[in-house]
Amino acid sequence: MPSSTHAAGFLLRAAASAGDPPQLLPAREQMAFTLGFHIILVPFGVALTALMLIANYRGLRHGDEQALLLAQRWSKVAAVLVAVGAITGTVLSFELGILWPGLMGGYGAAFGFPFAIEGIFFFLEAIFVSIYIYGWKRLPPWAHFWTGVPVVLASMGGTASVVAANSWMNQPGGITLCDGHVVEVRPAEVFFNGAFWFETVHMLLAAYVVAGFTVAGVYAAGMLRGRRDHYHRTGFLIGFVVAAVVLPVQIYVGDVVARQVFHSEPAKFAALELLPDTSTHVPETLGGVLIDGKVRYGLRIPDVASLLAGFSPSTRIRGLDAIAPAVRPDDATVSVVHLAFDIMVGTATALLALVVWFAWLWWRRRQVPANRWFLGCAALSGVVAVVCLESGWVVTEVGRQPWTVVGLLLTRDAVATQGNLWPFFSAVLAIYCAVGTGAVLILRSLTRRWRAGGDEGEDEGLDVPYGPNRPLTDAHTEEGRQT
Amino acid sequence: MSDTVGVMGSSVPVLGDTVSVLLFIGVIAYALFGGADFGAGFWDLTAGGAERGSGPRRLVDASIGPVWEANHIWLIYCLVMLWSAFPAAFTAITTTLYIPLGIAALGIVLRGAGFAFRKTSMRTPEQRIYGAAFALSSVLTPYCFGTVAGAVASGRVPTEGRGDPLGSWNNPTSVLGGILAVSVCAYLASVFLTASARQNRSPRLERWFRRRALLAGVVTGLVGLAGIFLLRADSPRLFHQLSHRGLPLLIISALSGLISLLLLRRETPHAPRVLAALAVATVVCGWGVAQYPYLLGTHLGIAEAAAPAPTLWVLTGVACAAGLLVAPSLALLYILQNRGRLESRT
Repeated sequence: MPSSTHAAGFLLRAAASAGDPPQLLPAREQMAFTLGFHIILVPFGVALTALMLIANYRGLRHGDEQALLLAQRWSKVAAVLVAVGAITGTVLSFELGILWPGLMGGYGAAFGFPFAIEGIFFFLEAIFVSIYIYGWKRLPPWAHFWTGVPVVLASMGGTASVVAANSWMNQPGGITLCDGHVVEVRPAEVFFNGAFWFETVHMLLAAYVVAGFTVAGVYAAGMLRGRRDHYHRTGFLIGFVVAAVVLPVQIYVGDVVARQVFHSEPAKFAALELLPDTSTHVPETLGGVLIDGKVRYGLRIPDVASLLAGFSPSTRIRGLDAIAPAVRPDDATVSVVHLAFDIMVGTATALLALVVWFAWLWWRRRQVPANRWFLGCAALSGVVAVVCLESGWVVTEVGRQPWTVVGLLLTRDAVATQGNLWPFFSAVLAIYCAVGTGAVLILRSLTRRWRAGGDEGEDEGLDVPYGPNRPLTDAHTEEGRQT
Repeated sequence: MSDTVGVMGSSVPVLGDTVSVLLFIGVIAYALFGGADFGAGFWDLTAGGAERGSGPRRLVDASIGPVWEANHIWLIYCLVMLWSAFPAAFTAITTTLYIPLGIAALGIVLRGAGFAFRKTSMRTPEQRIYGAAFALSSVLTPYCFGTVAGAVASGRVPTEGRGDPLGSWNNPTSVLGGILAVSVCAYLASVFLTASARQNRSPRLERWFRRRALLAGVVTGLVGLAGIFLLRADSPRLFHQLSHRGLPLLIISALSGLISLLLLRRETPHAPRVLAALAVATVVCGWGVAQYPYLLGTHLGIAEAAAPAPTLWVLTGVACAAGLLVAPSLALLYILQNRGRLESRT
């Protein structure tokens, strides 16, 4: 998510104020939309590939044919999703230049290089993912397994590099400015900026949570429809167990990250706690919005925000009033950040409850739960995890507003001044909707074929690009067949 | 702006040159690997109806399936090197040429999605839609990149950016760049696919692609010849540099292109492929040599636009890491692909 900007554009449409440059609204909407789209694909490139390797390992080590079949099918799904992730990621790099020339021209020399490092990791990931996906039939099984390992490692490195760029925008460091120009760069300080470790670990774990619950959800849905064979149970368990192991760690890390935001990004913390005035004994506000600078409608739990931030009810938390009025986020922005934060914490807590429920059922029966209520909730867990991921991303990005680079560059100064961005945005919207629909249709037809009967029959038909409805007769295909 | 930038940039001229060479190696690699990939889409587009075109399309599918994503990461490499090392040049280009760049970006989305989806879909009507998206954008995207190259080379991108949004890429040099890009892609791909068809012992497809390779080679040569006259009128400086400093490279390019076509009938498929790649690499290299030491026209020099030294050091390190890690991995990918070890289906 090489984010130069921020999001929840749709919610903020009303918030576009008269003094903003004309291209700010379409630029933010487009960046929000394309990043929001891309970030859903990230967990599949990063973590689905790891789940695939777990299934592959199980299949080879324990001679589990069904697990091998799972790995094979997941790799086909990964092929589609990684492809869409790669192209939507490419678009983001064009957008950085077309939509945010102020950011790239002014600070490209400072924070551009993490993207270059990411490029190397992305290269390795794409190379080995191809070898793995296309290597099923003609590479020795264990050699094939090992070609998948660089994918998992490279995707971790790639995530860390992109998040390094993003976290630098939240806590910029490692540069010297002279007359507003970057004259000195200390690369290590740029890359390992104050927010780097917190954001990177948080994002990586999020990828595993989303991929794990999504995979588990697919097989839980299958089991709900009565397909409770070894194949479905294994698919469910691999996804769910990974997510269940990672989630508690993620919640702990999230708590640490929030405290780090409290110390290092007070403006963002004030927004996510919905706190207009600096004070002690700050209550935790659940829900609620800011209207005319006052908190409305929320449920307040006394002292809890102070307690969480500094382990004492008398902890002083800086409110929005501590921000200079010229760069204070408006009510709508603050409300979006706060609600997104609540949704993130709420969905994560719900997922944790699901994990506890699973542990309880497993402890009693020592088998994959057959409880319909549990399976129903598990089937939805993937969607809930995606909502959690998206809202966490809104917290980081919208929470930085009105800044693109905190303290250095305002979003309105980063945006393009040339041309009219609305046609570009409209085209992006149309094409992404088509691609999204296409991806869903393709994955649905894949699963339908798998359900209908094995891989062999289906692969016959796949072999006719542009061919007629039925596979061609031998007379026509003889030339084209490879061997 | 250029004052401050110039002062710190000029302290490390060698470093700036080094990084610009590393960046340009990426441009050449993208022209070769991305080009062959786009060209495969060109032949996919022109392969004819469902039955008639199924042979060539199947070969295209099998040849670029495992490698297309890696081929296009060179583009990412070029973009990140450009914006980190020469941010001013990057934003000058993006704020002037945002229309062709925007079209190219969307073309990349349609192309990748179309290709990946076609591979996975089963029915002809679906495959047609995805295939058309893939093939059409395989022509549109290199055309746009060609016009961008033409705009940069002919000095139509002002240093401060926000140049003419239409005229900058709709002019003789840009149109030449676009057409040349498309024909070069088609030529490269047809030579590569001829070799693949031969490796697969499929004489009919081999003939099919060889005929097209000859045609594409001749067309590319003619476009190049016409380009000489066109550049003399439209971009005298570029013409002068190309016909002096760049001349040896252009001669090598023309010769290797010619020999590659003559060798197409020979038994070994390797020589034509290598020569075709050499022909394309040298012509792109000629552009780089003609442009040196400027990034944009004759108004923005490498030293002026360069980022502070530590950034350039990091980028040099990144490029070295690419050489150490990515190059062998890529070699592994292409070797496995070439030996037929990568296939998703029987």
